[in-house]
Amino acid sequence: MEALALQALNGLASASSLFLVSAGLTIIFGVSRIVNFAHGSFYMLGAYLAWTLTSQGPLAEWGGFWGFWGAVLLAALAVGVIGAAAEVLVLRRVYQAPELFQLLATFALVLVVQDLALLLWGAEDKFGPRAPLLRGAVEILGLRFPRYELFMIVVGPVVLGLLWLLLHRTRFGILLRAATQDREMVAALGVDQRRLFTGVFFLGAALAGLAGALQLPREAVTLHMDMAIIVEAFVVVVVGGLGSLPGAFLAALLIGELHAFGILAFPRITLVLVFLVMAAVLVLRPYGLLGRRPSGLQPAAPMAAPLPPPSGRRQRVLVTLPAAVVLLLLPPFLGDYARILLTDFAVFILFAASLHFIMGPGGMASFGHAAYFGAGAYAAALLTRHMGAPMEVGLALAPFAAGLVGLLFGWLCVRFSGVYAAMLTLALAQIAWSIAFQWVEVTGGDNGILGVWPSDWARDRLSFWYLALLLCSLGTWLLRRAIRAPFGLALRAQRDSPLRAEAVGLDGFRLRWLGFALAAAMAGLAGAVFAYGKGSVFPSFLGIPRSVDALVMVLLGGVQTLSGPILGAVAYIGLQDQLARVTDLWRLLLGLVILALVLFFPRGLAGAIARPEPRA
Amino acid sequence: MLEVAQLHAHYGRAHILHGLSFHVGEGEVVCLLGRNGAGKSTSLKAVMGLLRPSTGRVRFRGQELAGKPPHAIARSGLGYVPEERRIFAELTVLENLEVGRRPAAPGLRPWTVERLFELFPSLAALRHRPGGRMSGGEQQMLTIARTLMGNPSLLLLDEPSEGLAPVVVERIAATLQALKAEGLSILLSEQNLAFAGAVADRAYILETGHIRHEGPMREIMADTGLRARYLSV
Amino acid sequence: MRPVLEAAGLTKRWGGIQAVDGVSFALAPGEILALIGPNGAGKSTCFNMLNGQIRPDGGRVLLRGQDVTGLPPRRIWRLGVGRTFQVTATFASMSVLDNVRLVLLSHHRRLFRFWRPASDLFGQEALALLERVGMAGQAGRISGILAYGDLKRLELAMALAHAPSLLLMDEPTAGMAPADRLEMMAQMVGVARRSGIAVLFTEHDMDVVFAHADRLLVLDRGRLIAEGPPEAVRRDPLVRDVYLGQGLG
Repeated sequence: MEALALQALNGLASASSLFLVSAGLTIIFGVSRIVNFAHGSFYMLGAYLAWTLTSQGPLAEWGGFWGFWGAVLLAALAVGVIGAAAEVLVLRRVYQAPELFQLLATFALVLVVQDLALLLWGAEDKFGPRAPLLRGAVEILGLRFPRYELFMIVVGPVVLGLLWLLLHRTRFGILLRAATQDREMVAALGVDQRRLFTGVFFLGAALAGLAGALQLPREAVTLHMDMAIIVEAFVVVVVGGLGSLPGAFLAALLIGELHAFGILAFPRITLVLVFLVMAAVLVLRPYGLLGRRPSGLQPAAPMAAPLPPPSGRRQRVLVTLPAAVVLLLLPPFLGDYARILLTDFAVFILFAASLHFIMGPGGMASFGHAAYFGAGAYAAALLTRHMGAPMEVGLALAPFAAGLVGLLFGWLCVRFSGVYAAMLTLALAQIAWSIAFQWVEVTGGDNGILGVWPSDWARDRLSFWYLALLLCSLGTWLLRRAIRAPFGLALRAQRDSPLRAEAVGLDGFRLRWLGFALAAAMAGLAGAVFAYGKGSVFPSFLGIPRSVDALVMVLLGGVQTLSGPILGAVAYIGLQDQLARVTDLWRLLLGLVILALVLFFPRGLAGAIARPEPRA
Repeated sequence: MLEVAQLHAHYGRAHILHGLSFHVGEGEVVCLLGRNGAGKSTSLKAVMGLLRPSTGRVRFRGQELAGKPPHAIARSGLGYVPEERRIFAELTVLENLEVGRRPAAPGLRPWTVERLFELFPSLAALRHRPGGRMSGGEQQMLTIARTLMGNPSLLLLDEPSEGLAPVVVERIAATLQALKAEGLSILLSEQNLAFAGAVADRAYILETGHIRHEGPMREIMADTGLRARYLSV
Repeated sequence: MRPVLEAAGLTKRWGGIQAVDGVSFALAPGEILALIGPNGAGKSTCFNMLNGQIRPDGGRVLLRGQDVTGLPPRRIWRLGVGRTFQVTATFASMSVLDNVRLVLLSHHRRLFRFWRPASDLFGQEALALLERVGMAGQAGRISGILAYGDLKRLELAMALAHAPSLLLMDEPTAGMAPADRLEMMAQMVGVARRSGIAVLFTEHDMDVVFAHADRLLVLDRGRLIAEGPPEAVRRDPLVRDVYLGQGLG
């Protein structure tokens, strides 16, 4: 009984901090139409800054009540200023860019903040002080409740109330609400949107920073806080309805309690519960509990570039043939390190090509493509480990396993576009990751599954390279055929004009769904080859960084070209290999590269190299 | 006061305005007349900066407006009342007015909520009603009031009579006459010839993005040939 | 003869506004019917209830006697209803030929094929359709860079690819120079008449309407206020009022 009551309380307290983060996310989205992936980073910064302020400097020396609470408030304000600076320096420049680039720009901020936090605060966890006046527990009806948890429970409704007052009783708040409904009309009435946007980023970031700072007495400050909270916040705003504060509050309570009790009932798979609830809500109410269909305020996507004509015989002779000869004849003269690197190139070309299939011809976004890569890898590893299946069986079945996961996740994701699709794919991938991480009996948890070796004939690096080359080329070729086949034509048609496609008998949902699953299957094949190549699988195969790898490869290569994924994968894996040798701060550099890419090369490498389109 | 010269505008690939030139004098009420799709709304949007003109000049009191963002154009003294009214549906009447509030230019008698409630008495009773729960006529009054809160010296009105019951149209016309008496300049677009005749001093007749005729409103009202050619069925 | 299309008591409310209020009419095979009315009269809403884009609150839509009320647009298309859009909608990244080819693939239900290149299929048929609208010479161009009038012709070819018995055209001459409008409409109506296709179109250019429609429907504030041959409608005092304004004067 006491355990249950405590768990319920714990859920409510978590719900409060979840609400604070989600509220900021949803307010920023309402006005700017940007889903801020870096919101979790703001939360993490809030926690680190509060830790610093309470452990060193004047506030720490002062100590006591004002020392602690002053540090919490100051940390929140500082994060607000950082948020406003991010708006002015980066996001203001991408409001007119396609949605995908906006999301990617905020993602780059995540990477940059991660490495900066590592640099400033180090890798070890930080433990904050306990809150003055709120130590210990109180006894209610014979049960002992921690005071700080009770305080946190109050914070959520209080912030909701304060936000309500701000939004209804101040000019700034009224302008915010008006801008959420009709930005253009607000501008026509003489309101300078730039100040409104900077203000809203300050407010949203400060809320996230406050939530992070308030976590200090509850849990250790770690470098993983950002991703953990952003995924939950995405689930909250998706379930509650993007743009709705009461919706966010309601959903935060629901998700907070679901976690608290899920741990009692299904300690290993709490996130699966979250997934089921989210799926149920989205099927019944596609725009969340209290949400509305977002009105079309996004700038129209630029016209997709036409597909280049199929390569003629001349190109095949000049490019494909020599490449094939080099890839087949050179490796026997190379060392194992080069063969491993070449295998990685092959794997990631297929992985990038599969994501490109979704994003280019499909016109969809996936911010969690690693889920399918990992599904293939884990399918192969589980078959090997639990059924003793040989490599050939693992490689043959992995695409189907990943394709099934693609069918399941895709069924939810492809009915949404833009930011909703991005948030959903990311959240689903994170749920897949947590299964691999939490379900230790089956997946080995963080230790992964070892001993996933190829069959004897493919065990040496050279044979395995030929196998990888064969499978990855086959997969990539299959995807390219599909793009030029009737299916690909139809997929491109529904991307170019959904309205017209529907009016000539195309079922957009089925096309996108099947396309999504096909791409997932190919990512799964890449994952399985990767698993046998490394001899092991780990949860990181499905992690968010891997999904970002795929995104950057595709965008680096350019979404609207067929050779893009190949160029992008080679450039990116090569760059990563080089960077990892010279510096530990590869995430920082990667983030800066992405920012540069978004700000200066929106058409990608292949787009920048290609000749400009002849125009009539 | 407002001088538009050789204004061209496109929606995507469609060429909507083909080099329009027109002007509005101080204290004058000028009407752009024409059927659906003649380019009336597009002209107002282009002046307001809501649609970037492809080429052409828009000068207001000697200041070039073409290419400026809408909020800067609004601040230079233009007030825009959109055809679709674009009330903030979830904001109350008072909040809608608050969004429009801007300080008045020196020497002008500023609009206040109380003065606007005198002008539109039916709004006074609805001050806490969300904009989305009002009738079409009430919304039309609110959208005019909201723009007046910005104390413009030139009012752009896009089809103010559209979709309204005759009795409401009459009241809006009376309001515009009152505003004109206050010295406000007005540029409006209309299909309703009777309404335009009741408020405008001068008019331009538009057809498919070209100006076909210009003249005093009284003459246009009297010219049945002109009316039949450009405005009637 | 049984009508191609029948609307019976179509009704739609948006919020508090009655956008379409009990509209009923019928369209005979091969007939060219124009739907006109001032801005805000409910033309678009009415039109979109016929093509499946909007589900009516009340009333029925019958295609050759079959009830299609509330079916999605792609099902209505399958039953032989072609469409052109007010703002032309083609597949901008694809060639003119591929635009038509795609419709043919959909018509023959060959979309879910993953291997054989689409370029091997229906090339001759697509070219023949482009020939009919005078676009064969531009078959290889990307549709996103076509001139406006050519886009409209492409849309017509795409509609014809499905051999429809009814063509719904939303403002077919919108965005065109006045001089080109009559010519464009003459071409479209000519193709329809030669193929025996019934046409329902909305239009605000009265010259186009009076030159080409067999019959007119006039909407005002969601209601059908007049119906008949062009000359009769032109003389109708109620219609004159609607177009010239009322209540003052």
